[in-house]
Amino acid sequence: MYNFEFVKPSSVEEAVAALKTEDAKPLSGGQTLLPTMKQRLASPSKLVSLLGIDSLKGVSVSDGVMTIGGATNHATVAKEAASAFPGLAYLAGKIGDPAVRNRGTIGGSIANNDPAACYPSAAIACGATIVTDRNEYAASDFFQGLFTTALEEDEIVTAVKFPIPEASNYQKFEQPASRFPLTGVFVAKYAGRVGVGVTGASEDGVFAWAEAEAALAGNFSPDAISGLTVDADGMISDLHGTGAYRAHLVKVLTGRGVKAAS
Amino acid sequence: MPKDGIGASTKRREDKRFLTGVGRYTDDINLRGQAYAYFLRSDVAHGRLTNVDISAAAEMEGVVKVFTAADFSAAGGLPCGWCVTDRHGNPMQEPKHPILAEGKVRHVGDPIAVVIADSPELARDAAEAIVVEIEELPAVINMKDAVKDGATKVHDDLTSNLCYDWGFVEDNREAVDKAIKEAAHVTTLELVNNRLIANPMEPRVAVGHYDRASDDYTLYTTSQNPHVIRLLMGAFVLGIPEHKLRVVAPDVGGGFGSKIFHYAEEAFVTYASKVVNRPVKWTSSRSEAFVSDAHGRDHVTKIELALDENHKFTAIRTDTYANMGAYLSTFAPSVPTWLHGVLMAGNYTTPLIYVNVKAVFTNTVPVDAYRGAGRPEATYQLERVIDKAARELGVDPAELRRKNFIQPDQFPYATPVAVEYDTGNYDATLDKALEMSDYAGFDARLAESKARGKLRGIGIAHYIEACGIAPSNLVGQLGARAGLYESATVRVNATGSISVMTGSHSHGQGHETTFAQVVADMIGIDASQIDIVHGDTSKTPMGMGTYGSRSLAVGGSAMVKATNKIIDKAKKIAAHLMEASDSDIELKDGQFTVAGTDKSVAWGDVTLAAYVPHNYPLESMEPGLEETAFYDPSNFTYPSGAYICEVEVDPETGEVEVLAFTAADDFGNVVNPMIVEGQVHGGLAQGIGQALLENCVYDENGQLVSGSYMDYAMPRAADVPMFAVDHSCVTPCTHNPLGVKGCGEAGAIGSPPAVVNAVIDALHRSGHKVGHIDMPVSPARVWAAMNGQG
Repeated sequence: MYNFEFVKPSSVEEAVAALKTEDAKPLSGGQTLLPTMKQRLASPSKLVSLLGIDSLKGVSVSDGVMTIGGATNHATVAKEAASAFPGLAYLAGKIGDPAVRNRGTIGGSIANNDPAACYPSAAIACGATIVTDRNEYAASDFFQGLFTTALEEDEIVTAVKFPIPEASNYQKFEQPASRFPLTGVFVAKYAGRVGVGVTGASEDGVFAWAEAEAALAGNFSPDAISGLTVDADGMISDLHGTGAYRAHLVKVLTGRGVKAAS
Repeated sequence: MPKDGIGASTKRREDKRFLTGVGRYTDDINLRGQAYAYFLRSDVAHGRLTNVDISAAAEMEGVVKVFTAADFSAAGGLPCGWCVTDRHGNPMQEPKHPILAEGKVRHVGDPIAVVIADSPELARDAAEAIVVEIEELPAVINMKDAVKDGATKVHDDLTSNLCYDWGFVEDNREAVDKAIKEAAHVTTLELVNNRLIANPMEPRVAVGHYDRASDDYTLYTTSQNPHVIRLLMGAFVLGIPEHKLRVVAPDVGGGFGSKIFHYAEEAFVTYASKVVNRPVKWTSSRSEAFVSDAHGRDHVTKIELALDENHKFTAIRTDTYANMGAYLSTFAPSVPTWLHGVLMAGNYTTPLIYVNVKAVFTNTVPVDAYRGAGRPEATYQLERVIDKAARELGVDPAELRRKNFIQPDQFPYATPVAVEYDTGNYDATLDKALEMSDYAGFDARLAESKARGKLRGIGIAHYIEACGIAPSNLVGQLGARAGLYESATVRVNATGSISVMTGSHSHGQGHETTFAQVVADMIGIDASQIDIVHGDTSKTPMGMGTYGSRSLAVGGSAMVKATNKIIDKAKKIAAHLMEASDSDIELKDGQFTVAGTDKSVAWGDVTLAAYVPHNYPLESMEPGLEETAFYDPSNFTYPSGAYICEVEVDPETGEVEVLAFTAADDFGNVVNPMIVEGQVHGGLAQGIGQALLENCVYDENGQLVSGSYMDYAMPRAADVPMFAVDHSCVTPCTHNPLGVKGCGEAGAIGSPPAVVNAVIDALHRSGHKVGHIDMPVSPARVWAAMNGQG
């Protein structure tokens, strides 16, 4: 790890100001950034910790929308979302191990947009809104490909707003080594609409499986997607599975998610 | 008998310090004035070093000195401890293995330069300032391509990338070909024994210390065999005589073979300490371990099994390409040959066997022994091909094995591949495993799985291994450049407590507990009165260390010999004290008695007399009570066992779950059943890891794709079931005093074929006629095989 400056402001405004320094980086949970720095693959000049900002933490529900502060860790979501939004609580509770869940945050996960992260699939399926210090983004606009988002360099995710579905389920098929999703599917059922968010599978990062969403809107059962296929083109192929395998898993996991949520 | 004698499941005394954080590992050793080494390693697989400019790095803050290959022009290369003779009678090709790369880099991780600085961070900072220019060469990765004419050579001064072409038994070659040609049935199987990374919990560490006052060197290192390191490094690399070199391997956190070998970093820190006149420490990072610890397995094999019309095995022919990596690690050449070919008879009476092994240099990390070393590779191919034959012939795989087993009345049994099994009863272990696993009740469980939409399968493997390595005169004829005896000194103190200095080395095996149990049992005193000392060449007699499940069979035997000498002498002292004849003295429960009388004298009285010899036969015997023994085994030991694995396969995803695993082993006599079971559990977890999860993968450019735990899948607790293990089928070894055979590697040897056989069985029972799936049998591979994409 190279030397860096460390600040821990207590307000979003101070944090944004601190991020004006060249090569400064926000530090939320650090579950990706710190290992990268230890490997000397990242060398920020300054780390701006967001964990001292109380307004970025917590889970609340209002008018059918769950708002999760950007610096809320996964363990907190697993606990506090359990009654109002069990599908999301389950997802949070399956991320990493207890140490990771007590450090890693939703804002950090969303902002990093790892192609195998869990949260983006829920954000896409639910049509979540990503709230930042200066903007609000629809999830479908926010995620722009592997490790790429709509965020500017010094922009901070302050909250993620999830319209709470009538029913939901997350199916995570683990990559054997990292135990990240080799493919993960979040299914969310709303009145008149169904969301299917897929992570881990595509070379373009998280995506909504639109054909399945359309088929399930009229008939929320695994049968509704039995005739659909997922194109293996553009799916990730690596030593843990081919694109064809991942495409197959998308359909299997979607069916399982629908069944579990029915 | 004392309560902690032979047969007692005594809790491991070493666990108290390990579990309370007061173990003393090599990284816990910090010497005054110590400096830190950072190895700059190649990030390309193959290339010519055209420029290594250290000038900027040498000037940086905190830098003591920067070393390159030029600093080691007077040192030897790292020696190889075994020379294999090829099938034409020629010695293997043996390239130089320099401490730092000379002229060429040959694998990702090959060390180019080393910075010594005041802190690890400063050393790493300076390493980044070293300018390295490499003219890249094509990487040699695929073994079959590597031995084609015109292939790029890993070593320019060798004739090719072929280390050796070994045939065994060469005289059988034509007879085997003929038998296969004329057989009623031949089953053929091509398979890969996947490359593995050992991944002990403790990465390697080395601390070198040159003492100017005494002109002595001390190396603290994470080794399974400190005396072997002292001999190899002192005599062949650095030219330091043994009396000036001490090697200490303190608490070592697992080895699995990877800490047998002499590594460049050990020689470097020892040498550099004198040059910079400071202790020098190197601690491997986990990432560094992936590209610098010797890897394991990596065989590509074709095996043919010939059977007659009665399903008796008539011949086996097997052809293997074995990856050596870029250099020959210490025992690498012996693994695919003398630890592999000689096991190809398995538990069976196959009369004709021919084994061909082509060992190949590639631009990858050196490959050497890993838990089982050659024996898992032999067992895997044999037990897989037998299973395939049973399926082709439509017979029960247990019965096909049983039909070909060597029978109890055939021992000692000389196999056609040069070894003589002393004892065994293979029907007994198979019967036990079938009973424990409720083999007969499988159909009901199959139906239950089917009702849940899952595919269920059951797989059997029977294994034999050659342990207790090894008779020195035999291995000497086979090319070993070392003896493989073991040593022990038993030092009885004046008041009766005992220190045993053993040449064996414990790095997880629990010797401090079990060895003490043996001596306690022999003398009849409490095990708490006995300490086991190991891992320090200045304390223990010259011994060969721990690998090949040899510690109790060979090291334990040396200890028994030395203890018997102690008892003989103590009886003479007791006879003198009781004014009786030596031959009338009996030792029981720590008391010496005169047969047929009520006279007795306690162990402590005799030991005190040995050191305070006021009433002592000084005219005929020296005072003191300390004896040393060396034991060289007359044969290998041959543990064997039957393993049964039951799996469920998810037909939609290809995911395999191991539901049950049964291991019925014959380890001969057992000293501590709890420790033996723990060894089996660990071996099974590693074997299941190889079968389902672990895979070391290089891309065609020689980059290690599975270079971290993000891509290299280690088995975790949730990946293995509760194991059912048994060691009640005992045929004691006939040629060592304890009748023990060894248990450390068995689990890792017998489990991979049992797991794969179970998966293939599950697929066949559900109509998927899949012949084979290579390990690791990952969900993606199972799914591909089920869908004709394998």
